[in-house]
Amino acid sequence: MRIPILKLKNYLLISVQVDLDDQTALQFQEDLLNKIHQEGSFGVVIDLTSVEMIDSFIAKVLGDVVEMSNLMGAKVVLTGIQPGVAITLIDMGIVLDEVPTALDLEQGLDKLQQELEA
Amino acid sequence: MSVQSNVEVHSEWGIVSARQAGRNLAKELGFGGVDQARFTTAISELARNIYLYAEQGEIIIETVENSRITGVQRGLKITARDRGPGIKSIREVMEDGYTTSGGLGAGLPGVKRLMDEFDIDSVTGEGTEITAIKWLR
Repeated sequence: MRIPILKLKNYLLISVQVDLDDQTALQFQEDLLNKIHQEGSFGVVIDLTSVEMIDSFIAKVLGDVVEMSNLMGAKVVLTGIQPGVAITLIDMGIVLDEVPTALDLEQGLDKLQQELEA
Repeated sequence: MSVQSNVEVHSEWGIVSARQAGRNLAKELGFGGVDQARFTTAISELARNIYLYAEQGEIIIETVENSRITGVQRGLKITARDRGPGIKSIREVMEDGYTTSGGLGAGLPGVKRLMDEFDIDSVTGEGTEITAIKWLR
């Protein structure tokens, strides 16, 4: 399965609609980096509103893709992290270091704009 | 009546099946959203440990009951069983930050914090059985 990546001007928008399995997550990592490269995108919003569970592996893949995108010069904001997901990640001691987050897609886009203007 | 679900874990898909089975049972039993996330994540971590270290094993999810003065308490129990290499030092693996996989999993202390009860039984060269219970609040 592949996660669709939408282009909006200089941004890429992704809404993850399923709980990620390992293969899908790794495929997404690759697809996103390729898309950033192809489109020359400045910013990415990954919306996780529909994701009910993030385990340590998926958290690592997400954290890594943020860092990888930064290396390429694109800013990433994660949005819509559910209460259960936030609680579980902290319970497990997983820290998503320096990953910008926002409540929802709209605020995520605002945050990107701020980060890019700063 | 006790409900049970057994999932063989010998590939990444086993991890996905185990957590789906766990989520379904947690929903059925009436766990809230946050505890469903905790329970499903714990299963995912335990299934991943089996896949990473023992290559194959099974995850058993079943309903359990506990009689208390205030009434019968219900919960879900995970048993993660494998015939892998076993854990050399349980004390070490229960320390935060201990890893042999280079940080692929959050490790067992993380799982313990997600659950209410947690127990490891492991014999080097024979295998490991981890049981963990989450009680319905």
